[in-house]
Amino acid sequence: MAECVRLDSSTSTHTMDKSITLPPDEIFRNLENAKRFAIDIGGSLTKLAYYSTVQHKVAKVRSFDHSAKEASSDKLYEISVQEEVTARLHFIKFENAYIETCLDFIRDHLVNTETKVIKATGGGAHKFKELIERKLGLKVDKEDEMTCLIKGCNFVLRNIPHEAFVYAKHADSEFRFQTTQPDIFPYLLVNIGSGVSIVKVESEDKFERIGGSSIGGGTFWGLGALLTKTKRFDELLQLASKGQHTSVDMLVKDIYGGSYGSLGLTGDLIASSFGKSATANKEFSQEDMAKSLLHMISNDIGQLACLYAKLHNLSRVYFGGFFIRGHPVTMHTITYSINFFTKGEVQALFLRHEGYLGAIGAFLKGAEEDNPNQYSWGENYAGSSGLMSVSPEMNPMQRARSGTFDMLEMDRLERKLVNLPLLQDPSSYIPDTVDLIEDALAREYWLYCFEDALDGVVKRAVASQPDMPEAAERAEKFRQKYRHKLQTLRQQPFAYGSLTVRSLLDTREHCLNEFNFPDPYSKIKQKENDMALKYYQKAVKSLDELSWEERQFALVRGVLAGNVFDWGAKAVSDVLESDPEFGFAQAKQQLEERPWLIDSFDRWFERLKGPPHRCALFFVDNSGVDIILGVMPFVRELLSRGTEVVLASNSGPALNDVTNGELQILTERIAAMDPVIQAGLSEDRLTLVQSGSSSPCLDLSRLDKVLANVVRERKTDLVIIEGMGRAIHTNYYAMLSCESLKMAVIKNSWLADRLGGKLFSVVFKYEVPDGQPSQDSAAS
Amino acid sequence: MAFNGHQRDDEGIDEDETPTKQPRSDKEKPSDEASASAGRAASDRRTSNSTARLRSDSVKKTRPPFPWFGMDIGGTLVKLVYFEPKDITAEEEQEEVENLKSIRRYLTSNIAYGKTGIRDVHLELPDLTLCGRTGNLHFIRFPTHDLPVFLQMVRNKHFSSLHTALCATGGGAYKFESDFRKMADLQLHKLDELDCLIRGVLYIDSVVSSGPSECYYFENPTDPDLCAQKPYTLENPYPLLLVNIGSGVSILAVYSENNYKRVTGTSLGGGTFLGLCCLLTGCSTFEEALEMASQGESTRVDKLVRDIYGGDYERFGLPGWAVASSFGNMMSREKRESVSKEDLARATLVTITNNIGSITRMCALNENIERVVFVGNFLRVNTLSMKLLAYAMDYWSKGQLKALFLQHEVNHSSTHLDHRDQTLFFMSCFDVRHLF
Repeated sequence: MAECVRLDSSTSTHTMDKSITLPPDEIFRNLENAKRFAIDIGGSLTKLAYYSTVQHKVAKVRSFDHSAKEASSDKLYEISVQEEVTARLHFIKFENAYIETCLDFIRDHLVNTETKVIKATGGGAHKFKELIERKLGLKVDKEDEMTCLIKGCNFVLRNIPHEAFVYAKHADSEFRFQTTQPDIFPYLLVNIGSGVSIVKVESEDKFERIGGSSIGGGTFWGLGALLTKTKRFDELLQLASKGQHTSVDMLVKDIYGGSYGSLGLTGDLIASSFGKSATANKEFSQEDMAKSLLHMISNDIGQLACLYAKLHNLSRVYFGGFFIRGHPVTMHTITYSINFFTKGEVQALFLRHEGYLGAIGAFLKGAEEDNPNQYSWGENYAGSSGLMSVSPEMNPMQRARSGTFDMLEMDRLERKLVNLPLLQDPSSYIPDTVDLIEDALAREYWLYCFEDALDGVVKRAVASQPDMPEAAERAEKFRQKYRHKLQTLRQQPFAYGSLTVRSLLDTREHCLNEFNFPDPYSKIKQKENDMALKYYQKAVKSLDELSWEERQFALVRGVLAGNVFDWGAKAVSDVLESDPEFGFAQAKQQLEERPWLIDSFDRWFERLKGPPHRCALFFVDNSGVDIILGVMPFVRELLSRGTEVVLASNSGPALNDVTNGELQILTERIAAMDPVIQAGLSEDRLTLVQSGSSSPCLDLSRLDKVLANVVRERKTDLVIIEGMGRAIHTNYYAMLSCESLKMAVIKNSWLADRLGGKLFSVVFKYEVPDGQPSQDSAAS
Repeated sequence: MAFNGHQRDDEGIDEDETPTKQPRSDKEKPSDEASASAGRAASDRRTSNSTARLRSDSVKKTRPPFPWFGMDIGGTLVKLVYFEPKDITAEEEQEEVENLKSIRRYLTSNIAYGKTGIRDVHLELPDLTLCGRTGNLHFIRFPTHDLPVFLQMVRNKHFSSLHTALCATGGGAYKFESDFRKMADLQLHKLDELDCLIRGVLYIDSVVSSGPSECYYFENPTDPDLCAQKPYTLENPYPLLLVNIGSGVSILAVYSENNYKRVTGTSLGGGTFLGLCCLLTGCSTFEEALEMASQGESTRVDKLVRDIYGGDYERFGLPGWAVASSFGNMMSREKRESVSKEDLARATLVTITNNIGSITRMCALNENIERVVFVGNFLRVNTLSMKLLAYAMDYWSKGQLKALFLQHEVNHSSTHLDHRDQTLFFMSCFDVRHLF
């Protein structure tokens, strides 16, 4: 009884609004090659889902054939921009009033004719069946509502980080997002439509409706309409939010005069809902009655949910349905009720994309032959509206959202993503160091910082495509899009889940991709790599001349100095832009002298005196000096010690980070100059893997499955994470089950300040998990 | 309300209700008669420390002076029991102060007091022997909001001059304690509501063992034609779930006479039924609301499973007749305009009753208890709700759970009462809860 038959009496007075013009750039994107339609029609909102293939420009690197001694270019490798086709899921939510306009639009723009069927769910599917069939010429195929709901729920829980959140009305940040659990099952889904369904979900295909209640959203709406003059659901909620339930409800203190101490019942508890209205000669305000009704229904649902959760021993309880759907008022009352009845043992969880579950599920039903569940998917921040609050008092701007379209886009990722097997506790792992939703000062700084850096990014994007005259225009569109995202995030920091430096960076990458700037740094990276390679042998030679002790320190300093070269960090890009000759030596001089801000070098040094590690996993950062003169000599030393090395680099471009494609070529070139690297490659002791990510940051819970397998096979016992994005913005507090080394130079004065350091302060964090003595201490 | 466990402490209770703690209990001399009755009590009742101690005391010693009153001051109703002695000797008659006579005459010669006070004549228990005295037990009720009027009357009748302590329970015993003191110069002897409730139910249970069955259930609750009230013998009552439906609802798990906990409660109770009915229909009394409900049709108000799915929702085993959304049809203006007040009253009754049944069933499962006794003034003259509860418990538990009710108009023969001491008299105040 999820969303069924929400007969809003007012819909009859609404005429279908056909005058609406749809901006095709924004809504119903990629309709030309859309297929596999699904639709979920609720009482007031329609959710449409389809699958499309998206042509992306991607930058590819290809090594020149150096054996042919070509003279055409002195470049290291060739960069080409190619078209790549990826799969994308589109979900659009709009008011039922626009359904006809939307169907017309789809019919007019749909090119693909393979589609014969549209999967449909929701109470309104029946009502609009004839219209859909006539307009689209597709056969409407009805799917069970609950099945769709559960399928959709599993999908978002698995694929969207920070999908679930806890709602806390009076906290600094109302939304507290939950980390994605490695195992999403079992859970309880309490769907509050006109009635309530309580479903226990045990696996992808196994779920059971274990109970329900007839007191649900329909009761609130129906009784509310009888008791007040307000006939619309949203308005009833608004009314309720202004009322005082204590004038209608009989509280414990109304009966006892205070609390009922022996039972621990406080005086403010409701003893009898509507208990004070049991009189014929008193008028009650509509607001008060609506509030009392809201409390009565929310408490009742919360209580039943708790009883079912207790009986089935479930601690994860998600709430959905139109009664909840983004309404702060009901999220608050349900949360309150759950806290009360379980004394905080169970948390009420809500979902960011709750409104889309049915549509996603129906779509997945229809797409079973494409096997969407075998892939990993990622939310495309550029094409998704994000979570909006419908509460008028939260943000007056948002009332204007009526008549607008809400969108969610999910990109099929090329690689299946999994947890790093070396995480100490995957269920408590949080990649991000600072939650900008909770930290208002940090939020303000970073939003400003990203806005401030926007001009530079636009400039570089244009410069990266000198042969394309329309690049400037596209770059301008990018600017608008990203600026708009930043503005949205200023208003609603929770719009895309936890707001972090990582999410801000990723959103920028998504927006750049959206406007076909797949790799604005490709040429810079190429130039830097080229330059750095020329110094490689010299650098290695000078390191080899040092004593073992001196060399260990020099190698670490080399990695750190190399990491100063980072176009991603604003302070550095300023220097580099003004003085391209800024050299490796100068970078070393910039480095903070020991003791560093975080300095466990001595312990690392002691450790190196012990037996070699079996295998080191190295998450690398930037192109050029960083990877070639900093990381590679370090890797070389590890190999010489007898440690196998797995180099993990980004699958796709992000800023000036070295990509897997580029690193392949660089490594080959270095191997040609360096027998140690050469031997490492040929003996399979040096392995290059992709991280599965295209982000300047690192989420160890979403890594390429191949990487995870390699890590396991090689019995990796050391993880090295380098760079500000991967070791400070993210993973600074990550706990691993093996030794780890986090190395970075702080190239942002604000962040340095925060961490108690200064610009170019060094973080060198060597950690050994509890209970595992480091090799040296075991030896001594 | 809360899942507040309330583990009873045996000794504490005995202490509380030991007569020595009662005011005036040690003013009178012991008598043989009392010892004899206490001895009898020991032979057919569980022996406990308190009864053992009681045995050594005398009824006369513990017997309070007249008038004998007990009050349960609930959120909606005040329930008053009054013991009218019929064995007053000429000597006593002479000694009796005028006040006492006037109170007795006032209470026994009227059936209505003021605008809202009512004596339930049909509940009167005649020829009852209590603490060695024989008389009639009267049951009077009035709305809690008229308590000030009552206090005024008590004051006018100089009740306080009788030096009596008034036994009271219910939340109002706490809330209005100072009002009783200030307005009527009366000291309330407060008794814990739930203690009393349990004692009351158990007392009835003890009566059942040798008298006509107090407890009953509905046979064939799912078949309206065959549904019939049947006596039920609570030979071994524990554990049982006790659902007390007053203005709100308390659900207690009772493991023994002195070991119970409040499992949970809900604010959707009798007060909600009446409160919503008053708002929706303009009625003002419980009787009116019930009368309307009996004539209405809830399916016009509620949205049923079949209204949504055209029949049963087989995928989840939901029958078409089940309510999918209480008041769900009222989302539509046309349907709002077509329902009667009676339909609304009926739907309110069905909604509240089903919800209590649903929460009770979940508690029974969580506590692993199969027997449920429903009591409380919501069920007073409310066969509709009782049958509905019986039906819901039976249907949704697939026959696993039994809904039990207590016979309100129980024939209390004096043989069961004659051994009662003062403690039992106080308890009888709580039997009252069930008699109403």
